Amino acid sequence: MNAILSVTDLSVSFDGFKAVDNLSFSVDYDELRVVIGPNGAGKTTLLDMICGKTRPAHGSVRFKGLELSQMIEYQITRAGVGRKFQTPSIYQDLTVFENLEISSPENRSIFGSLLFQYKPEVIGKIESVARSISLQEELNTKAGRLSHGQKQWLEIGLLLMQDPDLMLLDEPVAGMSARERELTAGLLQSIAKGRSLVVIEHDMEFVRMIAKKVTVLHQGRLLAEGSMDQVQNDPRVIEVYLGS
Amino acid sequence: MTTREPQVKLSLHNSVADVFERFGVAILATLLLLVIPLTLDLFRLGLAAKYLCFAFPAVGIVLIWGYGGILSLGQGVFFGMGSYMMAMFLKLESAANPDSSSGTALAAFFGATGLPDFMVWNSVEELPLWWEPFHHVWIMIPAILILPPLLAFVLGYVNFRNRVSGVYFTIVTLSIAAIMAIVIIGQQGYTGGINGITDFKTFLGLDLDSDRAKYVMYYITVILLLLAVLAGRFIIKSRLGRVLVAIRDQEDRARFSGYDSAMFKAFIFAVGALFASVGGAMFTIQIGLASPSLIGIVPSIEMVIYAAIGGRVSLVGAVYGAFLVNGAKTFFSENFVEYWTYFIGALYIFVVMFLPLGLAGILKKRDSAEEPD
Repeated sequence: MNAILSVTDLSVSFDGFKAVDNLSFSVDYDELRVVIGPNGAGKTTLLDMICGKTRPAHGSVRFKGLELSQMIEYQITRAGVGRKFQTPSIYQDLTVFENLEISSPENRSIFGSLLFQYKPEVIGKIESVARSISLQEELNTKAGRLSHGQKQWLEIGLLLMQDPDLMLLDEPVAGMSARERELTAGLLQSIAKGRSLVVIEHDMEFVRMIAKKVTVLHQGRLLAEGSMDQVQNDPRVIEVYLGS
Repeated sequence: MTTREPQVKLSLHNSVADVFERFGVAILATLLLLVIPLTLDLFRLGLAAKYLCFAFPAVGIVLIWGYGGILSLGQGVFFGMGSYMMAMFLKLESAANPDSSSGTALAAFFGATGLPDFMVWNSVEELPLWWEPFHHVWIMIPAILILPPLLAFVLGYVNFRNRVSGVYFTIVTLSIAAIMAIVIIGQQGYTGGINGITDFKTFLGLDLDSDRAKYVMYYITVILLLLAVLAGRFIIKSRLGRVLVAIRDQEDRARFSGYDSAMFKAFIFAVGALFASVGGAMFTIQIGLASPSLIGIVPSIEMVIYAAIGGRVSLVGAVYGAFLVNGAKTFFSENFVEYWTYFIGALYIFVVMFLPLGLAGILKKRDSAEEPD
């Protein structure tokens, strides 16, 4: 096994409620993993602990040999983990171009950003990312004016600018039309080349479109793991989730 | 978007307000460097100089609040630090030359040459150690430029790093303003107490009461203020400015874009403190006073009002805001002594309710002023 991310015995509770309970799982290099589970299964909390938004009560998160549970958000980001949130989280008051530009990983210090100059490579990268998220015509639109689906794409675009080795995507197709979902499925498959993805999703149609391996969480614990077919035929999974 | 010009060019803002702000600096420079000194008499020029000193903290508040999203109700602290450090230097220089008909001369008569007069009245017989460095102009000037930003940076970084922000940080700044005023009032023997420090004669031998000194100081103030506005423009037009807006609107996202947001917020807070400190120093040298009444909560809130009225994202607007509010204050307090604070309050409420982008908002295109959803 060649894991980029391994989570061991991870636990956290909020006001006595165990959101994630002794969870262990791992993701390989170049793998696209989908995490499913009923509401309150701890999916989002798991991503929050990997990317530093929530500090685990105990357990370890190892990413390419680094222990992430002791690092803070911007350090984890710089180490190569990108996070997309459930509700699109973008910079409303900046244009699409500016959104992408400030996500590019150069000059993230005070004086570096004060003296930053546009370089042709960065502009080229912005344009190519904009094309891949179908926003090349919207570069000068304020991000706050995009449609919901376009905001979701823009946030994926922000991550692409960072060029992370591991992308954590929380419900990337929430609120999208059927057509947009298809486009997003294609987008995820193309960006999964050369990096690892962990995707949380509720929409089973969409999961079937992209997933090779699925992890099922239930009440903060690992319930099942395997291919979509295996998982769908697992009686425990049917009981807690798919059957209901 | 049908045209395909170079993307960088297109992506720069080009709203009416920006065009105004570009020429706005030139218009402001013309007004301050030529129109005001050529048309106003010396008394009115002195008033203008005073208003301009309050424009420094207001310009800083545009950066801190308008761009950084940090509402500080404690800018009086940094204004006061600059003001008091300048006052200490001027007081020591006056006390060393007691050949004038003033309290200083009287103090010298009692055999306390070299000691500020208020210390003599308070039976302080020896100059406190922390006053000593302020004998030297080459310590005083760097201290004004370094100490307030340093305090702001440390205070900001510790708070922001521990995720103290928003209204909680505002309360921290408010408390510091209150504490500083109380300490200064309480330590009368070392600070001049409620009376402040006053009665200065010369600055490096230049008679501060002379017409020449008044013009020289006015021009120094204007040039420093224009430098502050230009420095602010440089910051907000740089990537740092965009990162600040990003942090203001979506701090979490900015952290996950790899930015140490606490560092950026502390930095801009320090820049605001630097501007306020310079304004305080220029106030003291021109008005001849450092007073706790310029430090506490009320003056700190007034400084925010200048920025709000000018338009909280317009650097030039903040200068007009400071000018307008202080001008109104002078007018109302000359004519309706009891009521001027009500006028200021009403003006503030009007601006907040009907002109959320302040005076600068009137010039902005309607659609670009629209709030995003």
